[in-house]
Amino acid sequence: MSESFDAVDRRLVQATQAGLPLVSRPYHSLAEQLGITPAEVMARLARLLESGIVRRIGAVPNHYAIGYTANGMSVWDVPDERIDELGERVGALDFVTHAYHRPRRLPEWPYNLFAMVHGGSRAEVLAKVAAIAELLGPVCRAHDVLFSTRILKKTGLRLGA
Amino acid sequence: MREALAAAIIDATDRAIIDHLQGGFPICERPYAQAAAALGIGEDELLERLQRLLDARVLTRFGPMFQVERMGGAFVLAAMRVPEANWQQVVDIVNAFPAVAHNYRRESDRACPFNMWFVLATETADGIAAAVRTIEAASGLPVFAFPKLREYFVEMKLPVRA
Repeated sequence: MSESFDAVDRRLVQATQAGLPLVSRPYHSLAEQLGITPAEVMARLARLLESGIVRRIGAVPNHYAIGYTANGMSVWDVPDERIDELGERVGALDFVTHAYHRPRRLPEWPYNLFAMVHGGSRAEVLAKVAAIAELLGPVCRAHDVLFSTRILKKTGLRLGA
Repeated sequence: MREALAAAIIDATDRAIIDHLQGGFPICERPYAQAAAALGIGEDELLERLQRLLDARVLTRFGPMFQVERMGGAFVLAAMRVPEANWQQVVDIVNAFPAVAHNYRRESDRACPFNMWFVLATETADGIAAAVRTIEAASGLPVFAFPKLREYFVEMKLPVRA
């Protein structure tokens, strides 16, 4: 555990990882559950948000249900010495929702740049992927697009008891 | 498809809730009342709609989203090549591990070597290697981990288009 994350924070994560209570005073409800004051619950959440342990608080949509029926993980083989520059440019495209440098796994997997593209159809995603290919130009040696065809599980983080 | 049916029950107010509440939920005594006021609806209506959107699986969760790395843990993408004949059996084995936070079937037109992609979330960085070994032992298949070496900045929120 990092220094800025203590045992009470951990219990707060456990109490909220499935979701915030859907009641008028959710932080009061958590306070009662954890045996601390509502002010402390709120102060801790604000601190966790500030430090980035909590990325944000809000709704996590099911992409399919809100119309993003095609979700393509585009993967690219670009030179390692240029990947940060190219990754920043791909991440800046408004239709890219995640962009990462990840290791290649040769010989099975030559790709080192991953960019997630969501769209209303495969054709729309493929058009966006073509725009990425154009941006990268001939420096990109190979690419592929993996479409998700089924969500098998989506629960998010679960800390054990 | 259940997801397509869910899309059909989203009205304009639901869209506004999903579009405006993907982050920035207030930390105060009555946060739902405050968020509802910003949307021009009442607290009870927001609570009822959130419950319905969760029940219909339009939302997968409502609450804080954690970055496990910042707690000293790890969040790692991993992939497997699962033979079709054993598909459901392997899905059940992999999904049974609490460390598996998300799991997707993925396919490409170019004979991509991996058809199952999941995310491992563990409380310690060492937990990933242990989870990989456990899943390999339980499934009898190799697991390829793709830890992120660098994350590039992106705008994360998706507006409702259904």
